[in-house]
Amino acid sequence: MTLELWNVGLVTILVLLGVGFYGLLISRNLIKMVVALQILAKGAILAMVLAAKLQGWTVIGQSMALTVIVADTIVAVIAMAMAVQIRRHCGTLDVQSLSNLRR
Amino acid sequence: MLLVYILIVAATAVCAFQAIRANRMLVSAIWLAGTSALVALMIYLIGAPEVAVVELSVGAGLVTVLFVFAINIAGEETYTTPSRLPRPLAWGMVVLSVVLLGWFFLSRTAMPEAIAAPNLSLYEAIWQQRNLDILLQVALIFCGVLGAIGLLSEDKPIEEHPAEVKS
Repeated sequence: MTLELWNVGLVTILVLLGVGFYGLLISRNLIKMVVALQILAKGAILAMVLAAKLQGWTVIGQSMALTVIVADTIVAVIAMAMAVQIRRHCGTLDVQSLSNLRR
Repeated sequence: MLLVYILIVAATAVCAFQAIRANRMLVSAIWLAGTSALVALMIYLIGAPEVAVVELSVGAGLVTVLFVFAINIAGEETYTTPSRLPRPLAWGMVVLSVVLLGWFFLSRTAMPEAIAAPNLSLYEAIWQQRNLDILLQVALIFCGVLGAIGLLSEDKPIEEHPAEVKS
């Protein structure tokens, strides 16, 4: 692997983690928060594959990355199901109004 | 080749930022699919084609379909009021965390001595070395199926009991 690819991969990881973190901080919509979480997870997957390649443990890194992809997808499915049910029962996806709800 | 890499990074950054910034959630889901495809390309270039294929099919395909489906059910919502945190504070926290993370990476440019990697194929690594991961994935997929049932389920209407109405 060339030095350029290592640098470029590092920059991509930092960009994805930064944008995902920013999205989690400023989003008010539940679905938008899941989008931000997905971007964060993509940065983590890329970091795992790159680190495994650098250390020479490519195969182990790949199998762990596959596990992370599955876990990430399941998190998205369950979060979507929760968002849809919350929208049906409370009528909004806004995190701010949801936290102000009084039962 | 370096130019191609820089283009991929720039496109990834634009797609990810637009996915966060877009007002309409459907547009946001499409930008997320673009991010996923570019990440898959980067993983392929790093030298892990199997993971790239799974990321492309699951991350850019399945998750996008799921998002579009959920957005259709839940409906679009746009907010004009400001976000939970003041934007300068959010930017400051993001820049600080990225700088710290970058410093953490770069301060470890001298990699520790690599331990001799076992000579395994991906098949052996997944099915023989990491059995616990496989069990975990099966349990997760089961949870995902339950989640999908929750996504598809609808409230039963309470008033509709035609047999009782007739009697």
